[in-house]
Amino acid sequence: MKHSSFDVVVIGGGHAGTEAAHASARTGARTALVTQKAETIGVMSCNPAIGGLGKGHLVREIDALDGIMGRAADVAGIQFRLLNRRKGPAVQGPRAQADRALYRSAIQEFIAEQANLTVIEGEVADLILLGDTVSGVILANGSEISARAVVLTAGTFLRGVIHIGDESRPGGRVGDAPVVKLAERIDSFGMDMGRLKTGTPPRLASDTIDWSVLEMQPGDEQPELFSFMSKGVTAKQISCGITHTNEQTHELIRNNLGRSAMYGGNIEGVGPRYCPSIEDKVVRFADKTSHQVFLEPEGINSNSVYPNGISTSLPADIQEQYVQSIPGLEAARILQPGYAIEYDYVDPRALSRTLELRVAPGLFLAGQINGTTGYEEAGAQGLVAGVNAASRALGGGEFILGRSEAYIGVMIDDLITRGVQEPYRMFTSRAEYRMSLRADNADQRLTEKGIAFGCVGPARATMYAAKKEGLIALRSEMEAARVSPQEAELCGLRVNKDGRRRSAFELLSFPDVTLETIKPLVPGVSAYDPEIATQVARDALYANYIERQNKDAEALRRDEAVVIADDFSFEELVGLSNELKSKLTRARPATLAQAAKVDGVTPAALTLILGRLKSRAS
Amino acid sequence: MDTIFALATARGKAGVSIVRLSGPKAFDVAAGLTGRDIPARTPVLSDLRDADGGLIDRALVLGFAEGASFTGEQVIEFQVHGSPAIVSAVLKLLGDVDGLRLAEPGEFTRRALLNGCLDLAQVEGLADLIDAETEAQRRQAVRVFSGALGEKAEGWRRDLIRAAALLEATIDFADEDVPVDVSPEVRSLTSDVRAELDQMADGVSAAERIRDGFEIAIVGPPNIGKSTLLNTLAGREAAITSSVAGTTRDIIEVRMDLRGLPVTFLDTAGLRDAVDEVEAIGIGRAVQRAEMADLRIFLVDEAGAELPLDVQDDDIVVQGKADVSGSGLSGLTGEGVPDLLEDVYARLERRASGAGLAIRERHRVALLKASDALAACDQEMQYGMDRAEIAAEELRTAVRALESMIGRVDVESVLDEIFASFCLGK
Repeated sequence: MKHSSFDVVVIGGGHAGTEAAHASARTGARTALVTQKAETIGVMSCNPAIGGLGKGHLVREIDALDGIMGRAADVAGIQFRLLNRRKGPAVQGPRAQADRALYRSAIQEFIAEQANLTVIEGEVADLILLGDTVSGVILANGSEISARAVVLTAGTFLRGVIHIGDESRPGGRVGDAPVVKLAERIDSFGMDMGRLKTGTPPRLASDTIDWSVLEMQPGDEQPELFSFMSKGVTAKQISCGITHTNEQTHELIRNNLGRSAMYGGNIEGVGPRYCPSIEDKVVRFADKTSHQVFLEPEGINSNSVYPNGISTSLPADIQEQYVQSIPGLEAARILQPGYAIEYDYVDPRALSRTLELRVAPGLFLAGQINGTTGYEEAGAQGLVAGVNAASRALGGGEFILGRSEAYIGVMIDDLITRGVQEPYRMFTSRAEYRMSLRADNADQRLTEKGIAFGCVGPARATMYAAKKEGLIALRSEMEAARVSPQEAELCGLRVNKDGRRRSAFELLSFPDVTLETIKPLVPGVSAYDPEIATQVARDALYANYIERQNKDAEALRRDEAVVIADDFSFEELVGLSNELKSKLTRARPATLAQAAKVDGVTPAALTLILGRLKSRAS
Repeated sequence: MDTIFALATARGKAGVSIVRLSGPKAFDVAAGLTGRDIPARTPVLSDLRDADGGLIDRALVLGFAEGASFTGEQVIEFQVHGSPAIVSAVLKLLGDVDGLRLAEPGEFTRRALLNGCLDLAQVEGLADLIDAETEAQRRQAVRVFSGALGEKAEGWRRDLIRAAALLEATIDFADEDVPVDVSPEVRSLTSDVRAELDQMADGVSAAERIRDGFEIAIVGPPNIGKSTLLNTLAGREAAITSSVAGTTRDIIEVRMDLRGLPVTFLDTAGLRDAVDEVEAIGIGRAVQRAEMADLRIFLVDEAGAELPLDVQDDDIVVQGKADVSGSGLSGLTGEGVPDLLEDVYARLERRASGAGLAIRERHRVALLKASDALAACDQEMQYGMDRAEIAAEELRTAVRALESMIGRVDVESVLDEIFASFCLGK
């Protein structure tokens, strides 16, 4: 029997697995990435796009911590669009269509180039346990790999079942086998498990689509890239087509609902409300006579097109009929029918803030197995799990991002304190500190922390240091340039004539005031890189709100820093009602901040908990 | 760290009430309000004045330096006369200071704990606080969520969730099939809620009166029968009466229950140019208390007589000594007194019914904060959707301020509304 040994083993080569393995290796741990097929590393199983609202923020944060998703998407991007361009920077989300082949090869290249990182082909059949502690994996061929930490990124492979109409078969992705034996091991931990589902649309042959009759949507003229390191677009840029369903399409779907896996009652899993199947749309919004469909080419040299908006679990013959009822698709040929997939997930409330399972120390979970959906959500968790796994193996501290620091922190906190009712997706509205947690300042929020944990390489560290210097210098220059209302008026700025002198930085928060308008007040601006100037202007726009939010954030951070140990007994707290005791015992908050979010907990109750903690400490 | 304040002694009438401030701005705020630097450890007697310079009370101000106080932070105590009206005025004054806010229940204790200034026995005492808090919240919740007022809070909740959902949908689903400009509907929803919040905030002081009692001052020239009227109302010799003008020097109070409304009648010195120093002080006090009372009954010699104080809305002007003049009321014979009480009751009852569901200064502060935030939201919406995320931020501030009244509005409730209203998922 073969035996090898690593610091960290990562199971799975999807978006969570690759970020986890790369982050672990960057942090200095000898890392093995175990996957069924090395050639599928970095595959985009669902839509060929990265980023979007909230998700674009996650990609920037991954990048700020020197992860690979953003850089790969920049290389593979064939259409870049900054969503919400007309609104403020806090809610702008970069998004790109990616060439699948380019994306996959970019990811594989990053993995291959990374020091400390070995790819091993094989199916993980079981975990090695030392008592409760996970200390390695056993492959299906019987060989063992021991490790101090294991990151499991099973995606949809845990008891995956694929549904196309009334047919269903086990599978983790079309063409790949599900993982069943490992699922039994996970069962043995006795955690709460649930079942979710997700769906994809049929893939269409590009050369059978009549593009000439379609409205076309080009990318932005000035592409907004993901990575703070990227310099420009390299792939050829394309446009997407837009078409619409019609009454005839809806009629066909309505008449065949009984044959849909979902409506035929074959699926028990819960699907996401923000990504409904076309069956769902037709049933739930019966009065809408038409739905948009985006036709997204899957690559420059690919004949495959992803029709975004018509995911389905109808039988293949019905899929063909309804697709062909749509303008431009009358002769479209289906390359691969759409399908729904059901899979197991672990109730993420079983996880600690490092994404380590509380019942099985040494085992970290990331991605869809935690109830999330989306490449970006998966990648972000992978990075956190990877750094923490490495840190555990090497004896470092916990890598924890708070709600006031990062969208990643918001997501992980949501997952581990509230669990999921449907596949969890990031939205900007989930972030209470939205004004400060922006895609544009992800590096300012996270890169230094990444450097401290050793997961940020020297190239990025050097670049960031230079940028930070520029930001500080320009900001203080703008804060020093103070003018009276009269002087401001001379520059064409309308402000209250209250005699108060305002800095150029303050003036930038006014509507209609731009860098251009304040230039006469701060002539030095022109000496700076335009990127630096734009960045300072973005900070200025929200300065008032950021100050307000910083106060709240400070209080939150204080509460997040008060750790409630696992063995803390709420039952013994005199003065709490029994109801509150049992709620807290069930929720097992890890910090005072989490306890505050438990329904019914009052400020005075928090003080009582704090008092007990303090008395235990002394 | 915020600077916080709260009434540290029990509510209601007392000899002395203490309003406590704690936090990094405590000494600065005290200096601002008293116009002088407050030393640590040495009590200072100082006037407290409202924003218009009006005297609220003469207070004993005590400063405790950082590290040498109950909470471990800078602490200021204002010891004021224990009248509900004075305490309310002081709390309101502090609430209007930028950067100050009312303390949460138990917050002083919590700070003391954080700064290592409490022993465990004191912490255990918190258990009682939680019990009391829970009971108060239970009663409050029953009151808020039942009846017509509950419907109002439910309506605010619905409207604010809807407004937030519209804004958030255009932000988070900008690349999908959602309306581009939602500002007309958002502005209409928020302005309706805001009007009701303002109305409710106005009712708060009346609600406090229901709990703490209304004060009614009897004012007029000397020897018009004010004390006689008070004694009749009290049914006992509460005040010394004589035919000598200027007999009443101190303020004499009689508490009674006026058909369920707690009221305190105040007999005050007759208002005239004083002949001696003691009377002058009495008159000064009479004017001050009378102006702060909830209602004034002016007793006059004859109809149309010049009045010694400004008549405020709802004040009653009536001719005194009906036993002599033949019209008006007489404390001596009781003539006209039932009519007077009927009149007073009607006026107070009208105010009490406008009290609304908000019953504490804390609620008034929350209502006004929410109202201000909605106004700011509306301001941002004037620019259409370009500053939607800033408008949304103001809306969140409003919702957070109202959470104690309308329940927690979680992002999930906003998402529920979005997914129910729009067909999303391209």
